[in-house]
Amino acid sequence: MVHQSALIETDIAAYLKAQEQKSFLRFITCGSVDDGKSTLIGRLLYDSKLIYEDQLQALASDSKKMGTQGEEIDLALLVDGLAAEREQGITIDVAYRFFSTDKRKFIVADSPGHEQYTRNMATAASTADLAIILVDARKGVLTQTRRHSYIAALLGVKHIVVAVNKMDLVGYSRTVFEQIAQDYRLVARQANLSDVTCIPLSALHGDNVTKASRQMDWYQGAALLPLLEAVDVTRENSGMPFRFPVQWVNRPDLNFRGFAGTVSGTDIHTGDAITVLPSGRQSRIKSILTQAGEVGSASADQAVTLTLEDEIDISRGDVICKADAVADQSSQFAAHLLWLSERTLLPGREYLLKTTNKLIPATVTEIKYKVNVNNFKHEPGKSLALNEVGYGNLNLSQPIAFDPYQDNRTTGSFILIDRLSNNTVGAGMLAFSLRRSKNIIWQELTVDKTRRARLKHQRPHLLWFTGLPGSGKSTIANLVEKCLIDLGRHTYLLDGDNIRHGICKDLGFTDVDRVENIRRTGEIARLMVDAGLIVIAAFISPFTSERRAVRHLLAEDEFIEIYLNTSLAVCESRDPKGLYKKARLGEIKNFTGIDSRYEVPQNPAITINTEACTAEEAALKIMEYIQHKGYVHI
Amino acid sequence: MSTLTHLQRLEAESIFIMREVIAECERPVMLYSIGKDSSVMLHLALKAFHPARPPFPLLHIDTTWKFKEMIAFRDKVASELGLELIVHINEEGVRQGIGPFTHGSQVHTDIMKTQALKQALDKYRFTAAFGGARRDEEMSRAKERIFSFRTKEHRWDPKNQRPELWAVYNTRIHKGESMRVFPLSNWTELDIWQYIHHEHIPIVPLYYARPRPVVERDGMLIMVDDARMPLHEGEQPARREVRFRTLGCYPLTAAVESTASSLTDIIQEMLLTNSSERQGRVIDHDTAASMEKKKQEGYF
Ligand SMILES: Nc1nc2c(ncn2[C@@H]2O[C@H](COP(=O)(O)OP(=O)(O)O)[C@@H](O)[C@H]2O)c(=O)[nH]1
Repeated sequence: MVHQSALIETDIAAYLKAQEQKSFLRFITCGSVDDGKSTLIGRLLYDSKLIYEDQLQALASDSKKMGTQGEEIDLALLVDGLAAEREQGITIDVAYRFFSTDKRKFIVADSPGHEQYTRNMATAASTADLAIILVDARKGVLTQTRRHSYIAALLGVKHIVVAVNKMDLVGYSRTVFEQIAQDYRLVARQANLSDVTCIPLSALHGDNVTKASRQMDWYQGAALLPLLEAVDVTRENSGMPFRFPVQWVNRPDLNFRGFAGTVSGTDIHTGDAITVLPSGRQSRIKSILTQAGEVGSASADQAVTLTLEDEIDISRGDVICKADAVADQSSQFAAHLLWLSERTLLPGREYLLKTTNKLIPATVTEIKYKVNVNNFKHEPGKSLALNEVGYGNLNLSQPIAFDPYQDNRTTGSFILIDRLSNNTVGAGMLAFSLRRSKNIIWQELTVDKTRRARLKHQRPHLLWFTGLPGSGKSTIANLVEKCLIDLGRHTYLLDGDNIRHGICKDLGFTDVDRVENIRRTGEIARLMVDAGLIVIAAFISPFTSERRAVRHLLAEDEFIEIYLNTSLAVCESRDPKGLYKKARLGEIKNFTGIDSRYEVPQNPAITINTEACTAEEAALKIMEYIQHKGYVHI
Repeated sequence: MSTLTHLQRLEAESIFIMREVIAECERPVMLYSIGKDSSVMLHLALKAFHPARPPFPLLHIDTTWKFKEMIAFRDKVASELGLELIVHINEEGVRQGIGPFTHGSQVHTDIMKTQALKQALDKYRFTAAFGGARRDEEMSRAKERIFSFRTKEHRWDPKNQRPELWAVYNTRIHKGESMRVFPLSNWTELDIWQYIHHEHIPIVPLYYARPRPVVERDGMLIMVDDARMPLHEGEQPARREVRFRTLGCYPLTAAVESTASSLTDIIQEMLLTNSSERQGRVIDHDTAASMEKKKQEGYF
């Protein structure tokens, strides 16, 4: 790696000293296949002399084999990725490259630009301070240019460089460049991007990449690399209020209790007054600790350990703020969402939401609109598919301290995780709180569930029947209710007939609607249990997630899951309402067991094989169970 | 308000990653390979958890062919820092007499390193293992996640990685699955050396040029570290001033002639040299896709 500085040979110690002052910039390159993205990155690496002789030799031989430049070295091959992708001649996913100059170390996130890779670009943009958007000088501002600008803006990338590439193919024409720059200004305004620089360049020939081009003396601005070295990105990190998401509580022994985390926003000093969220407890900073010892202050991005003057109960997930600039807390948000999974977002389904330091169950209650990333237009939609961006409401099971994403990327961002697969399925940027939780105090209700239950001399709970259509849910549920009534209990039976024809009559049988149907049913059941009733619910409820969500609405021991294990063949042969026949003929769509999934419960409290007993025997089994567990006494 | 330098930024990022593992993963371990990257990783762990000790053991996969000086350094570091050190050897491989001279580098590496690592992770049921790999090392690393998911069989699926946005890491796994976590992902070789210099981090003396007994084979200088090395006809170990740019099994790690006997010498030499660090690794001379394949199968 032939670095240029003469100091390396003459005075390595002085060179190393100077290197210690180097700053840091992360940027992303956006463009589609053939825009010259890989060539541009290859050129930056090559011209900043960051390629070793052996890599260069490998490159030369690769270039002959699969390059597009004849006998010339194909710089694009330097940055192409995994074997299979390399054969196809495209980069997929995100790849990270590193280079540095005497002034700065750079991390380049390289991601593909096609619409089906929106999630990859968003991933790359999430950690970038700056985006280089490539425009082919022959083609000008295209749909993809708008898309890339939108995603950069959405993920909060503040600095944009429009690299008008392939200027050599338009005769280095000033008119062409200026037209593109003017066209882009409109895009920037629509995308709400304020810091934009356009540079005419040729990645292939190196014009305006590391040095000013001799072909374009009409261009007065800086070449790309000098610009990258000069961009000031400190403002973003440090201009906002101090936040310290507590990552880990450090307790090596009884005498020390420190809170480990990374500073976000303005500096913190020993002695500063702080407020801890969510508790709202106050104290002062006693010390700021690193391994080197105590430091008087810490600034943005530093990983430190804080100790406080007072003994306050603080755990991972809490956020320490300065007392004069406390973050808002809420459990209901409006947020932008980007969907990352092949399995569609289901409003009402419970996901796990992870913030920088906290994991909380959460649901997307409603998608208000989708955003067409190509033209920034809002489009109607209830759900989000892979790579789609939308805006909607979230409901968290606990309040969190937060900032709007545009103010603070750390305390304003989150991911959504699927509870069953553990995959990361969505990413979100908080916009604002739908209501200020800190202003809402639960009214102390003098009459509560216990009192209502006592009046009825019973222990309220929910018997939840699940199984295929025709498995016998309604029949057995009815028998159970009758037994309970005979015992003088106060009950209510919820089933498809009284729910689907009333409160859920706006819903159909798509996955999205099934999820919402069960969510509403669950909420109703919860209210009825709260009212002191024994509630019996008979619903196909085909998805594990929704059954789990209902379970979480109630106390641990209030939910009893009953799985009617009846084979599809038997259910279909029973076919009491003739629905299977219709489904087979295609007259009914989305029929569970035929063309819609049923997920078998993993740990039901009761499993009943209805092929091996009569409905009466099944009801009896259930009655025995609830007596045995002490839900009902005879 | 002060702006962090690039090394301070890298350091803070690595510390965040390590703390996240400790806060969220059930049974973490640090893969300690004794090289310079492991030295830096360990140093960062000391910082991340200070004043507590790093709350996880070190795991060394001993192929039984490491340089003697590496083993001595390993034991000294662990005892000085008071850290638990687990050394795992593939005993089955030892019984079969697997070694680089008799079975070649590929079989040896697979059985004594890759398989041994899987054995150890299974045996101790570790759910997260820190590794010192960097994204600048080779192409397949460049797109690997920092929190890299492994199946029950320890496989990596490059086509099916979890999206990783911001520094919000998804650490969730099912029973039997695990995470490999790479806190040094964004460091380059130069960053590592500059940091070692700046922080005075101890490293194995093999990195420094000293007179050492070597033979020349296929254009590579191999150090005769013990009597197990079979010498060819007419081969005579000669003492030459050499050092190592990377460390592994001694028969598989080529030395370079050098006079760089101090840290600054090494950095100077590295900056002026024109071959990349992996050239000294026999294992990489296979195909360009070899690393990717090895990693899919569970190689670190
Ligand atoms: N299109 C469609 N309609 C269904 C499906 N399942 C049930 N229905 C309708 O929803 C109503 C309630 O059915 P449900 O509560 O599942 O009945 P049970 O399983 O016999 O107790 C019925 O009147 C059916 O018309 C389905 O999978 N697809």
